[in-house]
Amino acid sequence: MSNIKKGVRLEGVSKIYLDPKTNKPFKAVDSINLNIQPGEFVTLLGPSGCGKTTTLRMIAGFESPDEGEIYLGDEAINELTPNKRDTAMVFQSYALFPHMNIFDNVAYGLKLRHVPKAEIRKKVFDMLKLVGLEGMENRFTNQLSGGQQQRVALARALIVEPGVLLFDEPLSNLDAKLRVYMRTEIRRIQQQFGITAVYVTHDQSEAMSISDKIIIMNKGVIAQMGTPQEIYYSPASEFVADFIGEANFLKVQVDGVESDTVSVNLNGVRFPVKRSADAVAKGEEHTLMLRPEGIRVSETGILPCKVVLSCFMGSYQNYHVMVGDTLVRITDNHPVGRRIFNVGEEAYLDFSPVDTHLM
Amino acid sequence: MPVASSRSKQLDRKKLLADPIMIFAIILVMAFLLLFVVYPLCTILTQSFQTDYPNSLTSNGQKLTSLVKQDPTLADSIFYQLGDDCVNYANEYRRGEGKRDEAKMAELGARIEDALAQIEADPTLAEDFARAVSASANKANADADAEVVGTSADDILDLCNQLGVCYRNIDSTDFTFEVYISLFRSKKFLSVVWNTLKLGAISGLCSTIVGFLFAYVDVYVRTKMRGIFKVVSMLPIVSPPFVLSLSMIMIFGKKGLITYHLLGIKNANIYGMHGILIVQILTFFPVVYLMIKGLLSNIDPSLEESSRNMGASRWRVFRDVTLPLLLPGLGNAFLVSFIESVADFTNPIMIGGNYDTLAAYIYMQISNFDTRSSSGMAVVLLTISMILFVVEKYVLERRSVATLSGKASRVRMQIEDRSVRIPTTALCTLVGIFVIGMYAMVPVGACFKLWGKDFTLTLKHFINVLGRDTKPFTDSLYLSLIAAIITSLLSMIIAYLIVKKKFVGKHFMEFATMFAMAVPGTVLGIALLRGYITGIFHSGFMVLVGTSSILIIAFVVRSLPIGTRSAVAALNQIDKSIEESAYDMGAGSIKVFTSVTLPLISDSFFSSLVSTFARSITATSAVIFLISARWQLITPQIMTVVDRGQYSVACAYATIMMFIVYAAIALMNIIVNYMRRSRRVKEKKAVA
Repeated sequence: MSNIKKGVRLEGVSKIYLDPKTNKPFKAVDSINLNIQPGEFVTLLGPSGCGKTTTLRMIAGFESPDEGEIYLGDEAINELTPNKRDTAMVFQSYALFPHMNIFDNVAYGLKLRHVPKAEIRKKVFDMLKLVGLEGMENRFTNQLSGGQQQRVALARALIVEPGVLLFDEPLSNLDAKLRVYMRTEIRRIQQQFGITAVYVTHDQSEAMSISDKIIIMNKGVIAQMGTPQEIYYSPASEFVADFIGEANFLKVQVDGVESDTVSVNLNGVRFPVKRSADAVAKGEEHTLMLRPEGIRVSETGILPCKVVLSCFMGSYQNYHVMVGDTLVRITDNHPVGRRIFNVGEEAYLDFSPVDTHLM
Repeated sequence: MPVASSRSKQLDRKKLLADPIMIFAIILVMAFLLLFVVYPLCTILTQSFQTDYPNSLTSNGQKLTSLVKQDPTLADSIFYQLGDDCVNYANEYRRGEGKRDEAKMAELGARIEDALAQIEADPTLAEDFARAVSASANKANADADAEVVGTSADDILDLCNQLGVCYRNIDSTDFTFEVYISLFRSKKFLSVVWNTLKLGAISGLCSTIVGFLFAYVDVYVRTKMRGIFKVVSMLPIVSPPFVLSLSMIMIFGKKGLITYHLLGIKNANIYGMHGILIVQILTFFPVVYLMIKGLLSNIDPSLEESSRNMGASRWRVFRDVTLPLLLPGLGNAFLVSFIESVADFTNPIMIGGNYDTLAAYIYMQISNFDTRSSSGMAVVLLTISMILFVVEKYVLERRSVATLSGKASRVRMQIEDRSVRIPTTALCTLVGIFVIGMYAMVPVGACFKLWGKDFTLTLKHFINVLGRDTKPFTDSLYLSLIAAIITSLLSMIIAYLIVKKKFVGKHFMEFATMFAMAVPGTVLGIALLRGYITGIFHSGFMVLVGTSSILIIAFVVRSLPIGTRSAVAALNQIDKSIEESAYDMGAGSIKVFTSVTLPLISDSFFSSLVSTFARSITATSAVIFLISARWQLITPQIMTVVDRGQYSVACAYATIMMFIVYAAIALMNIIVNYMRRSRRVKEKKAVA
């Protein structure tokens, strides 16, 4: 059932809209290059208005690009209408047909492909079983919960065995618990089919938990592309670092470059950090990123600081400290048995070079 | 940066072209709108700006004839009979609606040329003639007009030259403002325009006030009289437009039930502006009531509660909060009734007496064969309606929705205060009962032998009407049914294209469809008549006048805006991704439309089916110009019967018609309910 997957390639794709207020054209998507491998689960992640949904809709064919080419497999699909494209989309609002029951909803794509009736029946029942909706086939969409509707939408898209499955923020209408459950379900089913999937979301934890590869978009361009780990630990820019998880930024001066560390200087304190940026030269100013969970507050350490907020949160102690003029946020995990610093106290920040990232 | 999205437009166009059925639908709709909305209106517009040679041929001919008639001895002059012949030819030309008869033309031309040649050869001929005319006119000084008395040889020559110019150019079309200049010089026409505007403004104002009162009481006041409100708002929909005029005459007319038989007033006169006004207010206020009711229930009660909470009296709340919020909506309602009043044709005809309004005046003038000035009058009427429509649509409608877009957050506490409740409810109930009584007069009136004289109960009118000649009924039913089906389908397609598709000419399609709402029936009727009497562009092809198609087209154009508006509203309710997902699964445009869109807007489809049917079967103004011996309709039949004073017969017709419309509505409700019920049964089974 699963030798149907296709890759997706975007070459220099742009979409230009007219700004309704100023009436000036602007690029909602700006010269994007993308190469999604067959069977890969790729997430387009970014704040609202970053062009991720537009990109997805261009792949589906609902929007036409102003520049560039889109390929599905090896076929250029720019001129194909959505119904001629080998894609199936799961919509944010599920977009179930309210006048049809569940069976007819799921069977819709197969009927269009003139699959024999008996086969449709078998396939639909198999699919409903797979998504956990056995016995629901005669219900109407208004008789289902949000999560169940979501599964119908998924089943309806999967059953036509598309070359690529498109998801447009499919979980944003569900409550938090269900969202977590459904994303593992989607991942499970995608891997079971080995189908190519392009997934749009603005929820970074959803993106991390579900994807092979994450593409972070901002203002129409790709800010970074990579595995969830690459993006989390080695963000290419302050925007990416800030968008994925929390991040602290410190301006530092490069003092010397070694084989896998760089020594930097902050307010006269010299300390080693991980060498991640390639072009680093002595004397340059760079931004050092520290994740809140990668730092500890202790009596001895690297950077002197002053505590301005100290708050017990159960699993961690939340600190805000001032390093010079810069506010640094720290989640000090599992602080039991260690000294807790109070507001106004002087302390030191302690971290190891692997917890740092020089940009 | 490149010019915005030229490439994507290209791709969109390519995608559209890959969809031949969609292209076909667009072309079909465009063709319909161009042929039956744009072209006919352009025809009367151009006609109104053309020199009316046939008309001047008539007037000059008449002048010549009247000169000859001054003196019997002139009977053997060369001018004798020439004037009459010119007038006759002009009339024949018009009857053929612009087809020149070459043989007749040549003969007439020869005679005019001959007369001119003779005058030139012997100028004394004209001098003698002029002297004879003047002398005779002087003798009969009392009824001779100044112009005839002062006739000179030059005048005679001028007249003959004029005749020559007119006959030669009889079918040429020179651009001129002549028509409008003479229209606006005519005192009668100006008074008709003034009448129309005055009536419209007063009728709009009063309908708004009464409609608002009903809406306010319905939404704000605790009352048990809502049943009456519902009936009142429903009656104008199922009834033909002249029903109220009819019962007005029967109750308050010269031999009216109340005025003559109860009060013994001998010369009660209901005909005139006051008659039209009462009838129009009673017809239009239910529409206002429904409009304002919708807006009022959108006002969030907490706005008023917070004002009350800060210490405002109920009156202050009304003045400071409710009324300002509602003001654009009230303005909108006023203009809608104004437009309706201006377009109203049947009531001024039936009950107007000497008070002529534009729509009725055009109808009375059209038999005078004066093509171009009736076109000009139609254009003036259209312009008035259009200005009102544009203000209503693009200024007030937007603002009234903008201020009241919020949803009521919870149920309103209705006013229980007796000092408010009792007078308002009583007033509404009285008006409501009066309206219902007026409508009830129609079936009641049909049961008496001779209304006004012989009040013997009888069913003979029904038997006569149904037994004698059922053709008007069958024709009306048949044509309205076809029109209903065409309109409903067409309006669904137009709405689908407007809401869901991108294509060149989309804005034109939207405007042309909605614009048809602003076209008074009278104007549409004349426009279709002029546009198709000798075929499209006078080509002899598509001579639709006299066929059933032109009636159906008139029905469709009249109802299309309403059907489309309801379909657009229904489509906007549908999440656009529902159709996108069908499209994405591999369905083509037609499949998406039939398998997803149409089932989802089926309610709107059925309601437009019924409303078109009701509107068509009760339509009068547009079709009165278009009926022929082959196709008869009920409404013109009723007008004729009323004209003869056979009110009971008219009532019998109207009663049957109301019954048919009501049956259609009931039938639709049964179908829609059946569909809903079968769905509910399926839903129940699914869970069990």
